[in-house]
Amino acid sequence: MSDGNSPMQRPPLLSLSGVHTHIGQYHILQGVDLDIPEGQLTMLLGRNGAGKTTTMRTIMGLWQASRGEIRFGGEPLNGVATPDIARRGISYVPENMGIFGALTVQENMHLAARSGPMDTARLDWLFEVFPALKKFWKSPAGSLSGGQKQMLAIARAVIEPSRLLLIDEPTKGLAPAIVSALTSAILQLKSFGATILMVEQNFAMARAVGDTVAVMDDGRIVHRGLMADLAADKALQERLLGLSMDMHQ
Amino acid sequence: MLNTLFSGDFPRSRWLTGLLLVIAVALLLAPFLFPGSRPLDTAAKICVFIVLVASYDLLLGYTGVVSFAHTVFFGMGAYGAAIALAKVGPGWGALLTGGALGVVSAMVLALLIALFSLRVRAIFFAMVTLAVASAFAILVSQLFHITGGEDGLSYSLPRELTPAFRLVQDKVFDVRIDGRLLTYYLVLTVSVVLFLGLLRLVNSPFGRVLQAIRENEFRAEALGYKTVLYRTLASCIAAGVAALAGVMMAVWARYTGPETTLSMDIMVNILLMVVIGGMGTLYGAVVGATLFVLAQNYLQTLMAGLSSALSGVPVLPNLFAPDRWLLWLGVLFILSVYFFPTGLVGRLRGTGAGR
Amino acid sequence: MSGSLQTVLARLRGGDGARRSGLLLIAALMLLALAGVGSVPTWITLTLAGLAMGMMVFIMASGLTLVFGLMDVLNFGHGAFISLGAFVGVSVMAALGPWMESASLAVNLAAVLAGAIIGMVVTGLFGYVFERLVVMPVYGNHLKQILITMGGLIVVEQLIYVVWGPDAIPIPRPETLKGALTFGDVVLEKYRLLAVAVGLTIFAVMTGVLTRTKIGLLVRAGVENSEMVESLGYPITRLFIAVFIAGSALAGLGGVMWGLYEEVITAHMGMSVMVMVFIVVIIGGLGSVEGCFLGALLVGLMNNYVAYLAPKMALGSSILLMVAILMWRPEGLLPVAKGR
Repeated sequence: MSDGNSPMQRPPLLSLSGVHTHIGQYHILQGVDLDIPEGQLTMLLGRNGAGKTTTMRTIMGLWQASRGEIRFGGEPLNGVATPDIARRGISYVPENMGIFGALTVQENMHLAARSGPMDTARLDWLFEVFPALKKFWKSPAGSLSGGQKQMLAIARAVIEPSRLLLIDEPTKGLAPAIVSALTSAILQLKSFGATILMVEQNFAMARAVGDTVAVMDDGRIVHRGLMADLAADKALQERLLGLSMDMHQ
Repeated sequence: MLNTLFSGDFPRSRWLTGLLLVIAVALLLAPFLFPGSRPLDTAAKICVFIVLVASYDLLLGYTGVVSFAHTVFFGMGAYGAAIALAKVGPGWGALLTGGALGVVSAMVLALLIALFSLRVRAIFFAMVTLAVASAFAILVSQLFHITGGEDGLSYSLPRELTPAFRLVQDKVFDVRIDGRLLTYYLVLTVSVVLFLGLLRLVNSPFGRVLQAIRENEFRAEALGYKTVLYRTLASCIAAGVAALAGVMMAVWARYTGPETTLSMDIMVNILLMVVIGGMGTLYGAVVGATLFVLAQNYLQTLMAGLSSALSGVPVLPNLFAPDRWLLWLGVLFILSVYFFPTGLVGRLRGTGAGR
Repeated sequence: MSGSLQTVLARLRGGDGARRSGLLLIAALMLLALAGVGSVPTWITLTLAGLAMGMMVFIMASGLTLVFGLMDVLNFGHGAFISLGAFVGVSVMAALGPWMESASLAVNLAAVLAGAIIGMVVTGLFGYVFERLVVMPVYGNHLKQILITMGGLIVVEQLIYVVWGPDAIPIPRPETLKGALTFGDVVLEKYRLLAVAVGLTIFAVMTGVLTRTKIGLLVRAGVENSEMVESLGYPITRLFIAVFIAGSALAGLGGVMWGLYEEVITAHMGMSVMVMVFIVVIIGGLGSVEGCFLGALLVGLMNNYVAYLAPKMALGSSILLMVAILMWRPEGLLPVAKGR
């Protein structure tokens, strides 16, 4: 079942069709077709340089698509400015986390809660899954460890209710203990019904949290299907990713 | 033959070729076509500024570096020659030694600035050079017992270059072949040699690497070019040529002072000439310098006419007062950067924007 | 506790250490100057002069450094706002002639305040026009920014000549701000005291805004990572325009104060002061208001001490200071860590 017929009852929350993106003279995305079903976690896999981060940035409006169409909740997203995309309900955790190091953890969160005071229930839940945030609440975010920064980045992306969460390689360079804390936090987010598009190189985590999967290569989507199917098919992994998931841990 | 002379880099446009030919012929025959001291003065300044602007274009247009210290190098050449002539006396030895010292110190300073700028962010470079330029101008005005301070230095030239000297007794085509005329042709010859030399340089493998660095420093680096070395060499060469232009200026004007060599105005003029003529092509320097020097000398006359015609209207006469010519060139400059980033030469070549 | 130790260490790594070394540098400079000058009263007078100069340069430089930090825009036309502010402010003060000549400090200050406020409003508005017309089309291209803003500076200078004429305009200080207070051998020029007070107030207000208000936090966040600010839903351009206007208005204020300090104004004054402004923002680290403040104090003090000890070396010494600091810290004293 890897022919792209992922289970879909409703129209996708986000859909990219034939999206091309140029960065300067480089043609990075060369016709990306991707549907993000509502309420699921879609994993975006692929080798380095396949165009995963560019896809995220194009959705967020940080790069402009030169061709093709992006629709979010039925509305076109092409040409919409990044702040408006955010206000339509897409939150973004970039690869470098985008933490404001000179600001405290609290100030980082304060800016993320753009519609007013932070929701206490949400904050309490975040403190529960990421206790470090509470502990370093008044410390400059720049002084946090890599894992704590990642937790802050994710907390910042969910403090304001959003319809879609983009997370770019959250486990990059993190210790296994922190990876498992992140995994459980993301599983909890899923249980609340969040729609997530996530880029990840850590296959254990990808397998643990992913519902559907899309694999990119050379600026195109080369495979779509269920995460479980890909996880079970070593030959397919070999062919798509150049190595099997088990080897990569 | 032509190919060698122009290093294979031809104007590539009928209009541009025509314009350059007109400029070349006019400069070559200036003493005969436009008798009188003011036209000759204009022609000589055009020659000097073509070289100065071309050397600046080597930095700005070919490496994308904005420097405000170019007048410092120009001034070093001029003051080198001027101090030697004023203190040692009007001999060829003094002129050549002083000029050479000026050129060498300009190149050394360029090297120091380049080495220093390696240590700091590229974006600081423009600001650092601006600070260096103003410090140098202040230094020159303070060392007045050597430099003449704000008043500058007046001096005599070697006898062969003085108006009293006659190469031949008779007039040729009704023009007296005196030392002044010889000076003009000396300036013209040196300018042509330097310009063709620069043209050769930018069309050599060295010049192509410079362009590659400007287009994409990262890639040039990845291809194995030592970008630092190339940039440093380019700044030193540009400084040396600018200093030579300074020597010519000192010889032609028989006077060297802060106003004519070091002031911010001169730096701004160079920028205007490069941008209006066209960055990244040495022919831009020819067109830009010629038009600018002509405008400087003759636009004011035109504006004086406009201003007096508008004398009844409030404010407007002030806008067109002859002293405000820089206002209009400033506007032209801004518009050029927006709309014709390749300047007049780019327009004439029909490549338009976004080269 | 390891957590707090970690915080302390990180704080040292990220800024506090640099801040402390900046302050130490200022202290060292002051002590060195005390040894060089030899006389305590003279030293106090010079220190006040240095602080006053530093404060004025800080007022002018702060906007420039934030504008760069936020949008990577290098505005060589900033000097135009300084000149324009001075001319507008001086015109207002000239119109309030009797107030300037009054023997009452309050009336004098009212005249100066009126000049400063109107100067700031005009330069602020002008800054808005300048940003939209001149700067906006060249976002992201340093080469064009430098050229275009330089062109803008030329045009504005020339327009000042058109409106106010080509001659330098003398501007006497208001009556009660002339002269100096003397305590024994210590001579404190009144106007310099005012300049220090204004500078400190501006610095305090600015620090308050940047650390305590949402817009201030957004500015600091934007200096670090403008893309992330946008991704959180805030349009960075609007923020940038606000900062640009504020920075232009501050340059205008600085111009008024500098004009009164020099007691003469010329269209070219902005460009002349810009040399010092650039040195200050480079020393401080582009994008950092605090660094700019430290840099301005260093340059102001250095200038006045050296001007007393070796008059010809004043500007040269600032440049040497800049070179030395950049050799030690290539990004300046308090660089902003770019998250992009």
